[in-house]
Amino acid sequence: MIGLIHYLTVAAVLFVIGVYGILTKRNIVAILMCIELMLNAVNINLVAFSRFMQPDVLTGQAFVVFTITVAAAEVAVGLALVFRVYHDHDTVHIDKLNRMRW
Amino acid sequence: MFTQYAVHHAWFIPLLPAVAFVVIGFFLRRTPVLSAIVAICMSMISFTLALGIGYGVVAQHITVEQPFVERIPWVDIAGLSINMGVYLDPMAAMMLVVVTLVSLLVQIYSIGYMQGDDGFGRFFAYLSLFAAAMLGLIIAVNFVQLFVFWELVGLCSYLLIGYYFHKVSAREAAKKAFMTTRIGDFGLLIGILMLQILFGTVDFAQLTSTVPEYVKEYGTGMLTVVALLIFAGPLAKSGQFPLHVWLPDAMEGPTPVSALIHAATMVVAGVYLVARAFFLYSVLPDVMLTVAWIGGFTACFAATIALTQRDLKRILAYSTVSQLGYMMLALGVGSVTASMFHLMTHAFFKALLFLSAGAVIHGLHNKNDIFEMGGLRHKMPVTFVATAIGVLSISGIPPFSGFFSKDDILLAVSQVSTPLYVIAVVTAFMTAFYMSRMLIVVFFGPENPENSPHEAPVTMMIPLVVLSILSIIGGYIPYAYHFGEWVRFGVATHEGLNFNIALLSTLLSIVAMLLAWLVYGSGKVSPDLLSARFAWLYKLSYHKYYIDELYLWLNHTFVDGLGKVLYWVDINIVDGIVNGLASMMYRLGDELRHWQTGYLQQYGLVLFGAILIMVAYLVLSAPVFVTALWGGAY
Repeated sequence: MIGLIHYLTVAAVLFVIGVYGILTKRNIVAILMCIELMLNAVNINLVAFSRFMQPDVLTGQAFVVFTITVAAAEVAVGLALVFRVYHDHDTVHIDKLNRMRW
Repeated sequence: MFTQYAVHHAWFIPLLPAVAFVVIGFFLRRTPVLSAIVAICMSMISFTLALGIGYGVVAQHITVEQPFVERIPWVDIAGLSINMGVYLDPMAAMMLVVVTLVSLLVQIYSIGYMQGDDGFGRFFAYLSLFAAAMLGLIIAVNFVQLFVFWELVGLCSYLLIGYYFHKVSAREAAKKAFMTTRIGDFGLLIGILMLQILFGTVDFAQLTSTVPEYVKEYGTGMLTVVALLIFAGPLAKSGQFPLHVWLPDAMEGPTPVSALIHAATMVVAGVYLVARAFFLYSVLPDVMLTVAWIGGFTACFAATIALTQRDLKRILAYSTVSQLGYMMLALGVGSVTASMFHLMTHAFFKALLFLSAGAVIHGLHNKNDIFEMGGLRHKMPVTFVATAIGVLSISGIPPFSGFFSKDDILLAVSQVSTPLYVIAVVTAFMTAFYMSRMLIVVFFGPENPENSPHEAPVTMMIPLVVLSILSIIGGYIPYAYHFGEWVRFGVATHEGLNFNIALLSTLLSIVAMLLAWLVYGSGKVSPDLLSARFAWLYKLSYHKYYIDELYLWLNHTFVDGLGKVLYWVDINIVDGIVNGLASMMYRLGDELRHWQTGYLQQYGLVLFGAILIMVAYLVLSAPVFVTALWGGAY
């Protein structure tokens, strides 16, 4: 029987993969993807809790729909920014984007 | 009837000149004639009211035991309530009459003297304010009100001494006067504050009744300090010894101002304050002795300086310092009557002398050195007679006014202290000498061909005539009508003239005058020979004992020295701390900024690491949390 704990485990694994990616990747696009991973991990958590704790109410599911929408918007903005950065600097490697550093 | 009205509306007396000041200052400055009319009309009404109050004293409506007191609250906060009001006793009434009269006469005189001056309106505005401040001071009901007007008097003296503000010397003199008197005012203010702390009140009437009980209970230690602090105010204002330096320099103002300052409004404020606070001084014998000695010393000291001065107004200035010393001496030996009597006669004859001097200077087109004058008695007969009356009066020749008041003082002093009496008599001798010297050098002798003197205009004559009459009768009439029974502190001490004292002082004065004639009039003894014979004494006196130089030196050495030390402290320690802190922060920041790598991922690592640690802590430290988590899952 697949229970809440399994969903939570998957979500946790996804989240940690996302964190690891954010901390280690040097490519902005990859970092954005990792952020998506973390967001989806949270989405899984929300749906799972909603399903197992309060099956009658769809609050969690409705919430997730909003999250996905916002995430989509965020990706759109984020990718647009990355595109501009690439256009100006010919790179998306964050170690090279250090103009503001002391 | 009128007396009742005047007494109940005594607050009009200072108010009217104040109104004149505002009206002239704001609307009439550019119209000389109108401003003079307004100022003089207001002074005249004030004088009439003052006369009404004076009559109230004569008619025994107002006595020392039953003064007229009226108060309205001014400041009322928790623990402190201060009134403004009117306190009329015979002393205040006498002062009101004298001050309004002298300021009225000075204003009339100024019409002629200041004719054609650019600041004519401004001058009358200041004169009015000056009179208003002094009158407000006289009717003060408590120390705070007195202090307010006291400072206002100081301000007006500053404005008037510096009236010719385009002259550097006038500006400097004004500053000197203001700052020197401020030194004393500081002590006065502290004294007043201490009175408020000790007694919870600064009201004259209330203090009069509480001070004796306080002394009985707590002794005189604290009160001595208070009285000395309060005395610092009169010390500066009335030009007593260490702080007399501003008074001779105050001559930089126009001559009518000098007359006003010296005779009525400014310098007598100090004497009046001590007389007003006599309930305090009379219970403190040590302080009284100090006052007496300072007064006596000042009287003698200033007289020796006056002996050799060449500037007409400066001689008169030092004679004022000397006469003020006399008044302080009289207060110090406990005779308010003698002091106030002398204050009154002095106001008359000193105003007369200054206004005559003004007429001389006016007639000679601003020449001040008496040795450049000479022989003026033919061309300026009225001024000559007026000056002669003034000189006879200040020298104490009977029956002129100065004789009665001076002998009153001498009598009072002789009953208390023989050394002080000797000082006072010597001073009287010197006074007669230097005043006669001035009279003889200016009005007798050969005429100086460079001068083209002319007699003063009629507006300047009127005050001279009035003051001459007052200088003649102003002593005998109060004496005959027992001045001492009206203006006094405690029981009346007026005992009439002591024949021996009067005879001695009169004889000495006559001898001094003859001596002056011998040296300066007849030419039998050359003054130059005398000054050469006693060269160092002459120099000492002529340079005013180098007091100004001493103060300058003290200022350079100590004040500037202290300034240098403080400058060093400021630059090295104060600034050092501030700059040191700043540079420390700068260096710290220089080190710490290496932590700010700018790598976002490093920050993220720290963030998540921290979260991990916190979660680990929560999990490990709270088993309940663990069971809840796992328990809920299954």
